[in-house]
Amino acid sequence: MTTTSAAQGAPAHPGARLTDAELAAVRADFPLLGRTVRGGRPLVYLDSGATSQKPDPVLDAEQDFYLQRNAAVHRGAHHLAEEATEAFEQARADVAAFVGADEGELVWTSGATAAINLVAYALGNATAGRGGDAAKRFRLAPGDEIVVTEAEHHANLVPWQELAARTGAVLRWLGVDDSGRVRVDQAADVVTERTRVLAFTHASNVTGAVTPVAPLVARAREVGALTVLDACQSVPHLPVDLHALGVDFAAFSGHKMLGPTGVGALYGRRELLEALPPFLTGGSMVEVVTMAETTYAPPPQRFEAGTQPVAQAVALGAAAQYLGELGMDAVAAHDHELARELLKISELPGVRVLGPTEPGAVGERLAIVSFVVDGVHAHDVGQVLDAAGIAVRVGHHCAQPLHRRFGVAATARASASVYTTVDEVAAFREALAGVRAFFGAEGA
Amino acid sequence: MTNQLDQLYQQVILDHARSAHGRGLAVGDENARSAQGESHQVNPTCGDEVTLRVALSGADDGAATVERVTWEGQGCSISQASLSVLTDLVTGRSADEAEQLGETFRALMASRGQGLDESLEDELGDATAFTGVSQFPARIKCALLGWAALRDALAKAGAASATSAPQTQDLPKEDA
Repeated sequence: MTTTSAAQGAPAHPGARLTDAELAAVRADFPLLGRTVRGGRPLVYLDSGATSQKPDPVLDAEQDFYLQRNAAVHRGAHHLAEEATEAFEQARADVAAFVGADEGELVWTSGATAAINLVAYALGNATAGRGGDAAKRFRLAPGDEIVVTEAEHHANLVPWQELAARTGAVLRWLGVDDSGRVRVDQAADVVTERTRVLAFTHASNVTGAVTPVAPLVARAREVGALTVLDACQSVPHLPVDLHALGVDFAAFSGHKMLGPTGVGALYGRRELLEALPPFLTGGSMVEVVTMAETTYAPPPQRFEAGTQPVAQAVALGAAAQYLGELGMDAVAAHDHELARELLKISELPGVRVLGPTEPGAVGERLAIVSFVVDGVHAHDVGQVLDAAGIAVRVGHHCAQPLHRRFGVAATARASASVYTTVDEVAAFREALAGVRAFFGAEGA
Repeated sequence: MTNQLDQLYQQVILDHARSAHGRGLAVGDENARSAQGESHQVNPTCGDEVTLRVALSGADDGAATVERVTWEGQGCSISQASLSVLTDLVTGRSADEAEQLGETFRALMASRGQGLDESLEDELGDATAFTGVSQFPARIKCALLGWAALRDALAKAGAASATSAPQTQDLPKEDA
């Protein structure tokens, strides 16, 4: 196992961005960043919004688990099983603490998509009468309403469409304004006494805009609706305190926050998880099983049927520790600086950014910048950038309605992480400046 | 820009993308001897889409002549140029020949940048400019979007041939 990492022993310096020396040390922790692409060009990885790269401490934690402690957790009394269980539960505690939750409120899932589906299907099961009296509060009836926003990733939209279709509930949504921000002002009209669920993104994976959580939570509480927060993009980039935010449920994925693929988490307020019936059923989530019926374990185990991604959860714990030791205030300050640098592309001729671009917006958005280039399709933009070694995402980023809102089918997206440098963003801007000339689109 | 990029974006492709042939769906082409077929295809990864119509005349099988190909779509330069080249290539050919050209083009896309035998490439004409695309797995679907629409539209026009359709099991069949 290694070693020293940049995060270990880093001085706490709230509000201060990462120093150049700290950033260099961070980059040294990410072996992949040293490789070249497309015929020897240094990699400039600006696709962290899709998935982040992984630092040595995370890779080591996963490998170390397999090398030293691999065993089935929460069953068996042998030495290895004890150590494996302890590592698994310590990771739960670490990740929960990282997002301001108690460990009993954090359910492992395969990712954010699974976490949101878990809530939606558990509500559906409650509607079907499962969970008894305790779960009556979750039942949906025809005419009830589920509210989402036009900014959602498909993962926080399609499960609610499905739940509405199964229960007869009606799906409604808050719009998005021309700057890419959620129309919080519409909540007074759209979120009503009929609203049972209000599901919204903490930060858009397309526009980068951060949603003001407080007014939406306040409105939901006024009308007695459950809040479900998609925190996939916020958790890797901002200090997130779920208790302070006051949401009922939240979902995030490991692989976007320097952790492995295949693991993520659902946060649920304790009293809600205790009352919620399970979604997936089977081994590990039970108390007493007879041939006729079964009683279920308390949360979080009630929602963790079958073998969990144990090594990945342990490695996600290491990722949370890594970010925590860097300090999320410093990570956020670094992100804001990168956002400012990324937004300079809006000064290039023919480049239009979808999302908040005004100078004052930097504190209200992440370093996730989607854009279109006049006369050049996003695929072609991405291809030319790729030839310069610059990796961006092209397409609709699993947010077709938001793209439709802006009248485009596809955008290119540059997104940063803790290891991204100002110089990399400058290289991106320079390559982007040559795209229109390559396709003869200047003056088009 | 790198050599590989220039191989991908051959001048022929850039020219076709800039002034594409066949763009604009033909309307009112409903004379009694003409069979019509239309197909809508989407590339779900990027949202690119095309609606393509073929008008056939003559025989009511694979020997029918492709009188006209028109289409409306949005997409990257590769997909738009491919549609334009396809329009030039199959207009005036028999439905069977058009199907065979599609098969040859699909073989080119599977060639990983190696290209095909000279005789086959001669048949493809301008479409051989897409050889470079076959080195980019993520872009092959872009080049094939129009050809998928053509195959589907020919089938819907009733020109699916018994002799040249080994890969058409994924196509919706409209004949009852």
